[in-house]
Amino acid sequence: MLINVPETVVADALRGMAAAHPELTVDVENRVIVRRDAPVADKVALVSGGGSGHEPLHGGFVGPGMLSAACPGEVFTSPVPDQMVRAAAAVDSGKGVLFVVKNYTGDVLNFDMAAELAEDEGIQVAKVLVDDDVAVTDSLYTAGRRGTGATLFVEKIAGAAADAGAPLERVEAIARRVNENSRSLGVALSACTTPAKGSPTFELPSGELELGVGIHGEPGRERRAMMTSREIADFAVDAVLEDLRPRNPVLLLVNGMGATPLLELYGFHAEVQRVLAERNVVVAGVLVGNYVTSLDMAGASVTLCQIDEELLRLWDAPVRTPGLRWGM
Amino acid sequence: MHDVLDVLDGDFFRRWLTTAASAVDREADRLTELDSAIGDADHGANLRRGFAAVTEALDGSDATAPGALLALAGRQLISKVGGASGPLYGTLLRTTGKTLGDAGEVSREELAQALRAGVDAVAKLGGAAPGDKTMLDALIPAVDALPASFEAARDAADKGAEATIPLQARKGRASYLGERSIGHQDPGATSSALLFTALAEAAGGAV
Repeated sequence: MLINVPETVVADALRGMAAAHPELTVDVENRVIVRRDAPVADKVALVSGGGSGHEPLHGGFVGPGMLSAACPGEVFTSPVPDQMVRAAAAVDSGKGVLFVVKNYTGDVLNFDMAAELAEDEGIQVAKVLVDDDVAVTDSLYTAGRRGTGATLFVEKIAGAAADAGAPLERVEAIARRVNENSRSLGVALSACTTPAKGSPTFELPSGELELGVGIHGEPGRERRAMMTSREIADFAVDAVLEDLRPRNPVLLLVNGMGATPLLELYGFHAEVQRVLAERNVVVAGVLVGNYVTSLDMAGASVTLCQIDEELLRLWDAPVRTPGLRWGM
Repeated sequence: MHDVLDVLDGDFFRRWLTTAASAVDREADRLTELDSAIGDADHGANLRRGFAAVTEALDGSDATAPGALLALAGRQLISKVGGASGPLYGTLLRTTGKTLGDAGEVSREELAQALRAGVDAVAKLGGAAPGDKTMLDALIPAVDALPASFEAARDAADKGAEATIPLQARKGRASYLGERSIGHQDPGATSSALLFTALAEAAGGAV
């Protein structure tokens, strides 16, 4: 691993991020990344956060048109309430703050506590939970569906709504609508290695793959012998479509997990487009790349987000962040 | 029969918390190993960081009331651990501390009652029930046994943690494994049992 010691991995990355992105205020000590011009007068602010190891999520999505601030936790560990309260205080213009929370027990508990504390400080807070991972089929006896690729769509589209001046309840409603219309499925070809452990977090023999994997290497639906890109695309798209059944056009995210080369990812994207065309799904927007990663895991995920005219307009609106940039 | 120790003062609670911090430090690798089987391999590192902060905060505080010391420790865990275990352990100690109030000394029965309130708060926050393969599976039997003796509570916690092995996880990250979570001891129940090992140790060393 290209690190010094496991204990300083997150702080080291934040120092490097600060040096690369003067348009962001990176508080390394308190682990908060804030757009430098915050608070933006009369605009709702968006704060997200989660365990590190998923870069560019969330810190790489801070900037005009997307997040106002992000709180990176330890690797694969939710940040703490203090970070979120600090972030909320730094970005609140008085119009309120939307917390974008991926559905993991730790993230939910810490953001819940932070919301209470922020409200004690007079900050109006709303929360949206992202839970798009169709691999979790049994919501009753699990912690529920995980938040994965749809987080990018929620942060981009709700961020655009906030940027356009929508009030908090409107931004929250749009964020919720994006989540409700999004589904994902991930596939792992290899396990990931956390700096603290130094060895793979789960065993995945070469020649096998895990279908429906989570972004921390959590297991999915099943393990199978290696499949071709074509076969994986069939499986992933059909798993998503089984749950979403879109009538409208969709946004498509073909996301690399961290260690899959773009060469392979683009080939996979071609297969995903083929299946979508076969299923008569119209693709209105595409993103291919490493956006919601899982350290050095090899593999990919497919996220579809069913959109309408308003959501498409917000998706196309200008954005300027380290990880996502167009139109400005 | 009564334990040698019937009156628990601030020194006792400081001893409990620092003993717990040592135990977590000593067992961190094992907790992480258990967590890598059915979670994400960070439980040991996270708790170690949290309890190191607890020890530091205790050193820097002149608080003497048991309730204040537990609440202080709980706040540290919430601020430093992250994940699910930060809010859950933090809430356990904070609620237990708040329930003990300002008293300078408490009895073992009072501690058991306060811990019960703490465990109830954990159950409410995490939404878990007994048998879901969580820390509750060690905490509940331990608190039930505490009125009998510190040793009984320790043994009940250990037994409860071991009894999570055949269970299927229904909460937290392990729940995504479904049936594949069966056969592994729950890391949270294991660290919960460490708290009661430390409690018995703190009591034993006080003769």
